[in-house]
Amino acid sequence: MSANRTISPSSLSLKDLPWQIDWKKDRCTLCGQCTAVCPVHAIELGVFRKRNLVTSIHRVEDNQTSFETFYGIRQKTTLPEACIGCAMCAMACPNDAIEPKPNPGTPRFKFHLNQDGEPRKRGGRRNSTESLLDQIKFIRISMLTDPALDAGRHEFEMRSLLGRVLPPEENMRRLRTNGWIPPVREIYPLIIGGMSFGALSPTMWEGLQMGVAYLNEELGMPVRISTGEGGCPPRLLRSRFLKYVILQIASGYFGWDEIIHAIPHMKEDPCAIEIKYGQGAKPGDGGLLMWHKVNKLIAAIRGVPQGISLPSPPTHQTQYSIEESVAKMIQSMSMAWGFRVPVYPKISASSTSLAVLNNLTRNDFASALAIDGEDGGTGAAYSVSMDHMGHPIASCIRDNYLNLVKIGKQNEIPIFAGGGIGKNGNIAANAAALIMLGASGVQIGKYVMQAAAGCIGTEKDRCNVCNLGICPKGITSQDPRLYRRLDPETVAQRVVDLFVSFDTELKKIVAPLGRSTSLPIGMSDALGINDYAAAERLNIKYVV
Amino acid sequence: MCRLFALTSKEPVSPMEAIKALDVMKEGHDGSGVGIMLRDLGGPFEEMKDAPILSGIFTEEGIRRLDLFMMDQGFMTKYKVSIKVPKTNTSGIPRRGLYLIRAYEYPEHWDGLDKGEVERRLMMTRLKIREMGEEKRDMIVFSFWPDTIMLKELGDPMDVGHYLGLDRKDLKARVIMAQGRQNTNYAIDLYACHPFFIKGFTTMTNGENTAFIPIKDFLSSRDYPGYTGYQSDSEVFAHILHYAMEGLGLGLDAYKHVMTPLQDKHLEKHPDASFLKHLKQSCRQLIIDGPNCVIGTLPDNTLFMAQDRKKLRPGVVGGRPGMFAFSSEICGLDAVIPDRDKSRDIQPMHLDTAIVSPDRQEVKICRQTEPLALPL
Repeated sequence: MSANRTISPSSLSLKDLPWQIDWKKDRCTLCGQCTAVCPVHAIELGVFRKRNLVTSIHRVEDNQTSFETFYGIRQKTTLPEACIGCAMCAMACPNDAIEPKPNPGTPRFKFHLNQDGEPRKRGGRRNSTESLLDQIKFIRISMLTDPALDAGRHEFEMRSLLGRVLPPEENMRRLRTNGWIPPVREIYPLIIGGMSFGALSPTMWEGLQMGVAYLNEELGMPVRISTGEGGCPPRLLRSRFLKYVILQIASGYFGWDEIIHAIPHMKEDPCAIEIKYGQGAKPGDGGLLMWHKVNKLIAAIRGVPQGISLPSPPTHQTQYSIEESVAKMIQSMSMAWGFRVPVYPKISASSTSLAVLNNLTRNDFASALAIDGEDGGTGAAYSVSMDHMGHPIASCIRDNYLNLVKIGKQNEIPIFAGGGIGKNGNIAANAAALIMLGASGVQIGKYVMQAAAGCIGTEKDRCNVCNLGICPKGITSQDPRLYRRLDPETVAQRVVDLFVSFDTELKKIVAPLGRSTSLPIGMSDALGINDYAAAERLNIKYVV
Repeated sequence: MCRLFALTSKEPVSPMEAIKALDVMKEGHDGSGVGIMLRDLGGPFEEMKDAPILSGIFTEEGIRRLDLFMMDQGFMTKYKVSIKVPKTNTSGIPRRGLYLIRAYEYPEHWDGLDKGEVERRLMMTRLKIREMGEEKRDMIVFSFWPDTIMLKELGDPMDVGHYLGLDRKDLKARVIMAQGRQNTNYAIDLYACHPFFIKGFTTMTNGENTAFIPIKDFLSSRDYPGYTGYQSDSEVFAHILHYAMEGLGLGLDAYKHVMTPLQDKHLEKHPDASFLKHLKQSCRQLIIDGPNCVIGTLPDNTLFMAQDRKKLRPGVVGGRPGMFAFSSEICGLDAVIPDRDKSRDIQPMHLDTAIVSPDRQEVKICRQTEPLALPL
């Protein structure tokens, strides 16, 4: 741009962008792989003009000037083509000649992401590395007065229950009188949370399902996976593997025509039905699958036309009170499977979560409560929702659990926690902390994508283009050219790696606490934190 | 790790027998406390099997308040044992007020009440006295139940035995439990001394209870007034026993299924698999993780020993028809019943509950893999 040309308010310089491309001329062979792989076309082959001055030590007339052109990589500064920091260029470059670097200053870029009055939408996460869960330590180590157990050699039963567990007296009574006893599933406490077929690519979904099937059938780990709101492929609905699947229904009811019609053909009951009322990444907002990703296959499974955005309403539209929203819907879903399948709601963590929980305690058909905290991820949402809406998970889980303890129902309605578990890579420690605060298990989403499929998103606003269908790893894309990059078999292998290593780490946490025969739900005396206010709030020990 | 000793004998014996056993197991306790429970009493109490006996420690003011309270309730003193302690101090034993063992006549207006209601009222009376005592720190009450005496004090068991004069002739019982305490995590509090008692169910344990908090939370939220206290993490073992047997109507053979349920692959092969699966799930918060050896008595004076799932604590049962003893160590058994057939000693393992019923003829081993005597 010439110095005397008009500039618009949104004209940006490289320094205004969140990520800057560092390109090394001396190493680049101009092979073009980086420009080809860039998901947002942030870089292009550029022609640069250079003036060379040769000054003479003799006469002025001997000075020479010459011009040359050279080719290189140019970073664009337009908003849609701003570098997202995914570093696919660095991955593709055979010569280590290029990489994106985060802007250490304040990128002005953010002030302009509202062109045509449309605020920024993105996928991913809250983009905050802070984690209270990471601060929690396990302090009640068994030392001499009672022996620490051997994580490698003692027997362990790290299982959780999903389902309404009757109080012992009532359970005995119904056994005696052959009364109805609510279905209860014994599951592994680490659950793959709802990520829909549509939000995820077919190869990613297939990989997850294969991994889950392997964990169950070969390793005997009862791992469960939620479908998210997007239906379920018809063959899976009619297969024996359905028992490992939690079918999710949400306010858009996408895919439920297919599911209802498949009920008579189901060989197995699904593990459970999850009714999604909210998610932690965008509480009070519905699901969103943007038009880029609604191709023929997705449209068919969801029962919608191709190429349109699919925003689910923030609430279930036909229902206007908690009685209908929760009680009737849970009862209807239970009835659809002959009261053999646990049905539970999933809500965003909120200061109103207790009200939902109290309602559930009085509903005989409510099987559990899943609570998703502010650090939950999403495939698409408004940035403002992701960044500023929601409730931290730890105190929400604690409040809900202690409320159940108060009314004596802590074993009756299991609470599952989601959102930000393992956000900085400490998955087992985060999960164990939540379990000891009162959760019966945890749901993970982003962690699976990162660990099992190599999602490159981080808490530093890296990539975050899941909504656009251009996922450079093929995890959240519906474009075959992209999702072919992801080999389902390898994803499955990594899912297995993830769960097996998590299991070892979980044992390495609970064994020194002297626990092995049951999941230490609510074992809050094991926890400590070096933040006095947090310790008081969570009712755990303050340690410094 | 504390040391435990319990015996059941056809003939009443002195509690010093149990103290003797604790003394030979001295390495395992540090004089931070001893607790003794006597049941199926001999001597003068033989004649008043139904009269509730109050056991505790009271200051002079406490005794006055107790008497007023008991008279208000309509209880009349029927018989008492006065324990006179020496005037000189014994090292490690604090000076306290009066060690009280007093049998009462039931209030007249309790006549005609059914057994369950009488038992409930006895428990509520004990809890009330405890509450009053905690308020002014002038009364400590261990039990208030027919045919039951409990004594607890800090100090070396043998010293405490002599200090309290437990070798006296009028103090004899057929069922005796005693524990020498090893102080660990909790401040020394007499309410933290084993054995623990609730409505005729008594247990004592060694080892920490790593699952204490979830179990305590579950019991405390049962809306049952007796599930309180918990100065010791072992008190829950007595309450779990009471809950399983009186609350759920299960037999002693189910106690271990509540605390240490079978793992799934063994559970599926059990003849009562379906029942046990429901029990395991609905009582999940009562699962213990050890390391514990639990010795207990039931209201009918059955004596038992159960181990944690990994059998991390020692425990041995031996004796002869007419007299059996349960001990943390074999030397404790040798001290009290030297003339038994030692080849028949039993060390219960991770699936076992060793039971000696009130007829004291044999040790029955109840394995968790065996069918249950279900109340269904």
